[in-house]
Amino acid sequence: MITVEGLTRTYGDFTAVDDVSFACRPGRVTGFLGPNGAGKTTTMRILVGLTPATRGRALIGGHTYHQLRNPARHVGVLLDAGAQHGGRTGREILTLGATAMGLPRSRVDEMLQLVSLTETEARRRLRHYSLGMKQRLGIAHALLGEPQVLVLDEPANGLDPAGIRWMRGLLKDYADRGGTVLLSSHLLHEVEQIADEMILIGHGRVVAQGDKKTLMDSHRGTRAETTHVICLDNDRLAEVLRERGVTVRPHGPGLAAECASVDVGRAAAEHQLVLTDLRAADEGGLEDLFLELTSATQREQPSAGGWAGPPAGPPPGFPPPPAPPTYGGPR
Amino acid sequence: MSHPAPPPPYQPPASTASPAATPGGPGIDLRGTASIPLARLVQVELRKALDTLASFWFVVGLAIIVVGTEVLLTIAIIVQEEPSTPGDYASVASFITGIGLPVLAIMLVTTEWSQRTAMVTFTIEPRRERVLLAKYAVCLVLTIATVLLALVLGFVCAGVCELALPDLTTWEVDWSVIAGFFITQVLAMTLGFALACLLLNTPAAIVGFFVYRLLPLLVFSAIGGFFEWFQDVQPYIDFEVAKGPLYDLSLDSAEELLQLLTSGLLWLGLPLGFGLWRILRAEVK
Repeated sequence: MITVEGLTRTYGDFTAVDDVSFACRPGRVTGFLGPNGAGKTTTMRILVGLTPATRGRALIGGHTYHQLRNPARHVGVLLDAGAQHGGRTGREILTLGATAMGLPRSRVDEMLQLVSLTETEARRRLRHYSLGMKQRLGIAHALLGEPQVLVLDEPANGLDPAGIRWMRGLLKDYADRGGTVLLSSHLLHEVEQIADEMILIGHGRVVAQGDKKTLMDSHRGTRAETTHVICLDNDRLAEVLRERGVTVRPHGPGLAAECASVDVGRAAAEHQLVLTDLRAADEGGLEDLFLELTSATQREQPSAGGWAGPPAGPPPGFPPPPAPPTYGGPR
Repeated sequence: MSHPAPPPPYQPPASTASPAATPGGPGIDLRGTASIPLARLVQVELRKALDTLASFWFVVGLAIIVVGTEVLLTIAIIVQEEPSTPGDYASVASFITGIGLPVLAIMLVTTEWSQRTAMVTFTIEPRRERVLLAKYAVCLVLTIATVLLALVLGFVCAGVCELALPDLTTWEVDWSVIAGFFITQVLAMTLGFALACLLLNTPAAIVGFFVYRLLPLLVFSAIGGFFEWFQDVQPYIDFEVAKGPLYDLSLDSAEELLQLLTSGLLWLGLPLGFGLWRILRAEVK
């Protein structure tokens, strides 16, 4: 539904978005993930026609944003919840949007209800809104025109935990009904929980994309597998594992062993050690991957399976990314 | 042989790898959607011109000043037993609103930037020229409304005088004065609009608006004092002078029209052109 091809935007010498290509499909929530200043917002702004692209193109449903007549009826956009006049009430802001889009006034009440803004809150002026309330109003504004596509920049910003859960449910439900969602965030955990697919972007370039499993699998080879284990006799288990050449270090109430969990289980069984907890330490995996792929100071990756202890200190300078063997691009 | 092509019974398999750009993929059917009619954009922009705290109080303040002045004027005329016509009161009201209204026109454009609402405005209607056209139409609507209100006020005040001083009050209205005033008002609104587009900043545009009208007077008289030949050129580049025949609808020579066009292009056309160009091209943040 959203197709971005070779999108590039430069400001003088600075390349904010560098040859970015991706696609978002209906029924899926696509997370656009990257550190601050990675080019997420610029890409989204180009997508909705606020910033002209230097090269490449961005299409929504096969059209450029400018070609969409009354685009708000097709694409719900929230780029900055604070970009509203502070002297207008929440209700007034939605009313203006609904009028322009050609919607009945009743739509305003429906949307206020949907985002749980009370009548009193809707009568207050935006400058008295908390960030979370602005965010809710922004979501309401984006959903006004019953769009098929949602483009949201950092939508969970300023929401409290309950608000984030609400948003998650809302977007999941929206996608389940066939909608296309592109949302950006610099918070991995937020995206991980909501997005079916992820696009990782760093320094204006897409560094990885796919669903969580694909991402993890495609980079599995470059990382050590870690297992968290708690045993009634941690010391003995550590000893046994070290005998087998596994690196073990204390981790909370138990151990972290750099091998597959099945190997830990087998070792424990053979030595009749009682385990109370055994699981693959996967949570950190995606985060590591994210940081690895998007950080400016990427550390050198061991080429083969040698994971000798703590990572060597990052070498000075900015080594090229590990994926393409020879990358002669100027830094 | 082609198949009868029923609606596809299943979605294409969701390959986990990022699908290569699929131009034939799901699209948006635009046939059911009409463009936003310009009238609706004007309606929205008119509402935006008046629905904020700042603009609301600005209009209320202006109304209080105008009504207050008219009341004082009426009292003075009755006390002094002076003759008056509705046009007298109307032109006083118009004079005051003529200073205030361009500020409203300026704010209509600049607040989109200072409050960053341009992001929302231009995502709802990405054809920015239509938004600008709607905003300019609002300027015209406001001008017409004020001239009409000034007339109504003029008749009300004259009505009061009629009761007090029936012999000294006449109901004749010099329509050429009203028309001339309307034209100048439109030009002032246009200048405010142009400067707002050019500067995209409320205080700068308001200051610019007043400097713009005073500075040429000073500069031209200074230059004219030093160089005699300048007096031949001045009518062609001095908009304030060239506008003169418009006030009383006495524009009748081709020369005056040419002077109006050249000076208007210089003082109004250029800033408006650059301003529009700037907004149409600007990256909206």
